[in-house]
Amino acid sequence: MTNKINQTPENTRWQSLVSDWSTDKQAFDMSSGKLMMWIFLLGDTFIFSIFLIGYMNARISTTEIWPNASEVFALTIAGHHIPLVLIAIMTFILITSSGTMAIAVKYAYQRDRKIAVYLMVITALLGVSFVGMQAFEWSKLILEEGIRPWGNPMGAAQFGAAFFMITGFHGLHVSAGVILLLIIARKIHRGDYDEKGFQIVEITGLYWHFVDLVWVFIFAFFYLW
Amino acid sequence: MKEKASDIVEKVHPISMYLKVWLLLFLLSSFSYLVDYLQIQGILRWSFILFFMFLKAGLILAIFMHVIWERMALQLLLFLPPIAILIFILLINIEANYVYLNRLITLISP
Repeated sequence: MTNKINQTPENTRWQSLVSDWSTDKQAFDMSSGKLMMWIFLLGDTFIFSIFLIGYMNARISTTEIWPNASEVFALTIAGHHIPLVLIAIMTFILITSSGTMAIAVKYAYQRDRKIAVYLMVITALLGVSFVGMQAFEWSKLILEEGIRPWGNPMGAAQFGAAFFMITGFHGLHVSAGVILLLIIARKIHRGDYDEKGFQIVEITGLYWHFVDLVWVFIFAFFYLW
Repeated sequence: MKEKASDIVEKVHPISMYLKVWLLLFLLSSFSYLVDYLQIQGILRWSFILFFMFLKAGLILAIFMHVIWERMALQLLLFLPPIAILIFILLINIEANYVYLNRLITLISP
């Protein structure tokens, strides 16, 4: 591997791109696990995009009034009518969990096993509270507001189908992320990665940040739009 | 899944950086919530929503997911395919407006 071409200095990002793709080596300079996570997330991006595009199509093409999300998701707390309050809390919780995850990755790379495990468990707990609030929101919409996938009293029938499909699929991702986090945290605690290195935390973190990323788009397009 | 030396180099950043980004994400989320709370409407509403959305998404991708420290090969892997999504959004937008127009015409015609 003392090929001359491999020693070409990479002065710019474009040169690094050319050398990654043209030299006789693996094109992506990272472990297979991390690359596979990125490719999976790219695929997931397309799935969520298709859901959101389907929602856009239904919303533009319907001649009925689209239910006002600001009103549908409002809560009355201590006599005050606050629009979207639960959704805002859920957003802050997910962002906070992303922050603890990012710091967990940092400590894992510093080989500080204990703090990394703690932070991953906190991340998982925040994820559980997010799913819990979502369950509360769903039951409120189904039982009190009478929203069904095939219709609702407020307007366009497609509202329910789009809402349950998109947030349901996202909630499923959060739940899967919580399970993944707990499994990996347990394995780190047990010392399974002491010799292999702690890149697994970064890979798990990529998934978790992606779940947060998707929520940013759902929050903007479904709740605020 | 063997770890490579290049995976670890430059991955350890000061904790203050993560906390700053976290704070920034909090602020941006509050701003986008305020857009709804203050009932800003019209073109201002969705330009605000989109602006805050892209800033938040960019921060999460760039800092939390470490994309700015990755090599360009990976960055292009992540950012070139979604161009297809943008084209798809554009096409469905045209299609949906066409369907809407047709539904209106059907509704008003005897």
